[in-house]
Amino acid sequence: MGAQFLFGGVGVVLFVLGLWSFLVHAPLLRKVIALNIMGSGVFHVLIAVAYRGDTAPPDPVPHALVLTGIVVAVSATALALTFGGRLMDMDKDGTDDA
Amino acid sequence: MTPESAFDSAALDNLLAAPLVLAIMLPLLGSALTTALPRLAPLLGTLIAVGTAGAAIWTTVAVWTRGPIHLVLGGWDPSLAIALRADGMAAALVLMANLVGLAISVYALGYFRAPDRAQSFWPLWLLLWAALNGLFLAGDLFNLYVMLELLGLAAAALGALTGSRDAITANLRYLLVGLVASLTYLFGVALLYTAYGTLDIGLLSSAIAADEPSPLDAAALTLMVAGLAMKSALFPLHFWLPPAHASAPAPVSAALSALVVKAAFYLILRLWLDLFEPILDLSASMLLGLLGAGAVLWGSWQALRAERLKLLAAYSTVAQIGYLFLFFPLLAATPPGPSRDNLLAALLLMALTHGFAKAGFFMAAGLVQTNAGHDRIDDLGGTAQRLPATTFAIALAGSALIGLPPSGSFIGKWLLMQGAIETGQWWWVVVGTLGTLLSAAYIFRVLSRAFGLEPTPIKFVTDARAEVPALMLSLVSVAVLGLASGPLWTLLGLNASGGGA
Repeated sequence: MGAQFLFGGVGVVLFVLGLWSFLVHAPLLRKVIALNIMGSGVFHVLIAVAYRGDTAPPDPVPHALVLTGIVVAVSATALALTFGGRLMDMDKDGTDDA
Repeated sequence: MTPESAFDSAALDNLLAAPLVLAIMLPLLGSALTTALPRLAPLLGTLIAVGTAGAAIWTTVAVWTRGPIHLVLGGWDPSLAIALRADGMAAALVLMANLVGLAISVYALGYFRAPDRAQSFWPLWLLLWAALNGLFLAGDLFNLYVMLELLGLAAAALGALTGSRDAITANLRYLLVGLVASLTYLFGVALLYTAYGTLDIGLLSSAIAADEPSPLDAAALTLMVAGLAMKSALFPLHFWLPPAHASAPAPVSAALSALVVKAAFYLILRLWLDLFEPILDLSASMLLGLLGAGAVLWGSWQALRAERLKLLAAYSTVAQIGYLFLFFPLLAATPPGPSRDNLLAALLLMALTHGFAKAGFFMAAGLVQTNAGHDRIDDLGGTAQRLPATTFAIALAGSALIGLPPSGSFIGKWLLMQGAIETGQWWWVVVGTLGTLLSAAYIFRVLSRAFGLEPTPIKFVTDARAEVPALMLSLVSVAVLGLASGPLWTLLGLNASGGGA
C-alpha cells in the first residue's frame, strides 16, 4: 500500500511540475519535455492504480492505457518537433521574416 | 419459430451496428489508402467521403427508427471492450458533422488544385473525420482520449498546411495547448478509474449516481472539464483559436471552427449530463455560464474589431461557443420535464446551426480571399458583383450567426431567453441581447463593404464546385434547421409539444 501511494503521489507531483514548467518556459524544447513529464505523471498514477497487492496479478486495463498513452505521446512529440524544425529552417533561410 | 427469430434479431443487430463501425473505419481506411496512393488521393478521398456520409445517414436513420444503439466490439466484457454508442444527441451531431464534411470535401476538390497540396490534404482530412466520428460515437472514456488526441494531431497538421510562418506558429501553439488539455483530461480519467474501476460511460454513470459525492469525483470532473474547455476554446482559454483558425486553408478553417471545437464541447456536455449530474450543484454550472457570457461578449467585440474576414469568423466562433455554455446554468436550474427537454434541444439546435453556418461562412470567405487575393474587410467593395452566390452564402450564414428568423439559432436563442426568464436568471437575457446586437453589427459591417455601386452581375454562380457547397450549408443553417427543426425533438426522443423522454 505504501509503495502504491508513493508511486501515485510521485505521479501527481510530476504532473504538477510538468504543468508548471510548461507554463513558465518559452523554448519549444523545454515545453515538449515538460509535456512528456506531465504525461509520465499520469502514467505513474495509472500504474499505481493497477497494483492489486503482492500476490494478485496487476489490473491489465491501466497498463493498456499507459501503452496507448506512450504511443500518443511519441507521435505528438514528433509532430511538435517537426513544426519546431520547420520554424528553425525558416529562421536560417528566410531573412525576410527574421 | 424461436431460433429463426433469434437469428433475425442477431442479423438486425449486425445491420444496426454496421454503420457505426463504418463511419469510423471508412475514413480511417481512406486515410491509409490516400497516403499509399497519393496520385489517386482526390478520387479515393471523394469516394470515401461519400461512403462515410452515407454511413452517418444510415446511423441516424437507425437511431431514428430503433432508438439508441449500444455496441460492444469484439464480444468482450463491457468493462474491457471498446464500446460504441449512438443516441439521439450523438446521431444529430454525427449527421451534421458528416454533411458538413461532405460539403468540405467537394469544396476542397476545387480549392486544392495543386496536386501536392491535395496529396497532403486528403490523408489528414480523412484522419480528422475518423476521429470526429469516433468521438461522437465512443462509449468509453479512454477511447474518447485516443480520439481526442487523434483529432488534435490531425487538426494541427491540417491547419499548418499552407506552410507559412504564421500558420506553423499558430498551429504549434494549438498543438501544445491541445496536448496539455488532453493530458489534463487523461489525469481526470485516471482518477475516475481509481475510484470506480471502469471506463464505460454507462457503468460509470450508475456507479457515480450510487455513490456519495467524493472529493475524487470533484477533482476528476474539474480536470476533465478544464482540459476539454481548453480544447473547445472557452473564454479565457480561447487565445489559441483565432490565429490558428484564421491562418489555415479555407476548407480546414471550416472543419476546425464548425466541427473540431464542437466535438470538445459535445464531450463536456456528455460528461456533465451523463456522468457528473448527481454531484453537481448550481455554482459549477454558473461558472461555466459566466465564462460563456465572457466568450459571447469578448468574442463578438473582437469580431467587430477584426480587420480580416477569416479572423472575424474565428472570433465569431469563440462567441458562438460561449452561447452554448450559457445553457448549463439553465439546465441545472430547470427540473426534468418538458422545459428542460426544450432547453436541451435548443442547445443542440444552436450547435447544429453554428456547424452549418460557420462552415459555409469560412468556405465563402475562402472564395472571397482567393478571388480578391486578400480578405481585408475594408477593401471588399464589389464582391457582391464579382461573386454573387458567395456573397449570398455569407449573408445567409451571417443571418444564422446573428440568429435572425427563420434560422435554427433564432429558435435556439428564443428558448434560451425563455429558459433564462423562467428560471429567474434574467442576466443571461442581457448577455444574449448584447451578443446578438454585436453579431448583427459585425455581419452587417462585412455586407455593407461587400456591396458596391457597380452594375448588377450577369451570372449568379461563377464557380459551381466551389460556390455551391458553401451556399448549401448556409441554406441548411437558415432554412432547413429553422423551418423544419421538429424532427430534432423526435430524434432526441423528446416530444415537441412537451412530455419527457
